[in-house]
Amino acid sequence: MIKKRIIPCLDVRDGVVVKGIQFKGLREIGDPVELAKRYNTLGADELVFLDISATHTGNALMLDVIQKTAKELFIPMTIGGGLKSSEDISAVLNAGADKVSLNSAALNDPSLINETSEKFGSQCICIAIDAKWEEAEQDWYCYTHGGKKRTDVKALEWVKEVEARGAGELLITSMDYDGMQQGFDHELLKKIKETVSIPVIASGGAGNARHFADLFLDTDVSAGLAASIFHDEDVSIHEVKDLCQLKGVPMRHV
Amino acid sequence: MIAIVDYGLGNIANLTNALHYLGYDPVLTHNVTKLKEADTIILPGVGHFNDAMNRLKELDLLPVLNELKKEKPFIGICLGMQLLFERSEEGDADGLGYLPGTVKKITGSLPVPHLGWNKLDSSLPSLQGDVYFIHSYKVHTGENVVATTTYGEPVVAIVQKDKLIGIQFHPEKSGDQGLLILDQALKGGFEL
Repeated sequence: MIKKRIIPCLDVRDGVVVKGIQFKGLREIGDPVELAKRYNTLGADELVFLDISATHTGNALMLDVIQKTAKELFIPMTIGGGLKSSEDISAVLNAGADKVSLNSAALNDPSLINETSEKFGSQCICIAIDAKWEEAEQDWYCYTHGGKKRTDVKALEWVKEVEARGAGELLITSMDYDGMQQGFDHELLKKIKETVSIPVIASGGAGNARHFADLFLDTDVSAGLAASIFHDEDVSIHEVKDLCQLKGVPMRHV
Repeated sequence: MIAIVDYGLGNIANLTNALHYLGYDPVLTHNVTKLKEADTIILPGVGHFNDAMNRLKELDLLPVLNELKKEKPFIGICLGMQLLFERSEEGDADGLGYLPGTVKKITGSLPVPHLGWNKLDSSLPSLQGDVYFIHSYKVHTGENVVATTTYGEPVVAIVQKDKLIGIQFHPEKSGDQGLLILDQALKGGFEL
């Protein structure tokens, strides 16, 4: 039986891991290569690095981080943040990434999904979506630029489109739940799973091990992602996996 | 010397990293002389079956690969394993035809691609752990199967016949378990 994946996410700015709370207020927390190795030992099933550098130098430092990590870490690694073109994607894949996550660039030019899934294979194109509930319109909308800019694209329409264009996986962040540590946004995630058949990574809202177990018992998502609770050691990946296993959710143990 | 067949398809950076980590010194090449000099051939691959076959043909690699697969250990990984078979639904194309069987789209109610860690089932104790799969097509064969996994239905995970080995998952991305399997494949394969 396929295992549900637990994925720590490392936000990297200018080569250093930082964390964001509801996409605001960043602080430095460590060397990405060291953290990646630590998470591998602690049982992470996969790692996501999000490059939030605003400068070209920052992006170059990111390639260096990927290269160093890939030499010592033999679990899947997804890279996202600031990738705009086939050339950008090629560079991170050559540096050692297994998958890329595209957000703003895909919304700006959806044909990029077709182009890159054909060129590199669907399996390495993960579309990241920052979704926020709009009370007035009674629907979820996609945001870009790290959650700062609202678009007119409805999240549930967008997931259908990206699947049709060749995306291999979705990384869904609920902006309403992110940083709140009150559990994942099951309602949004269930609606998305009803709409698409590609695997979904859930992000935003994890505060404890129970939240992951609830996520997997209540929705059909394939993976749960979190950042700060793992970085701050509020909860360990082992605790999460032990509880999930106890509740009957299949987990990989290392 | 291990030669990784370089035909422009797939992400070989991590396969190379894993081989270095295991103490091997792989060469990435599509040069016929170098391929002939190698002790072991690895055929990697990520992407479309049809594109892969076309690239191998454009580089005129079919005759040399056909010769080498009889002479030395020859390991196909992921799409590289699927290419070893007769035919694929992906692009409706002929494969290398070294092994009997075809490649078909994964169907059923589970998400496609089959993506994530799944448990190997094998009579061999060394092939029992979780490994990382990522593929949308799977091999249909009843012969030469060394390990399977279950994704709604059985999925062929490792095949072996004489000097030929096919690995559907990514051993270079399957943690320590995957590195052990890769090493075992390179050291002569799986003893049945």
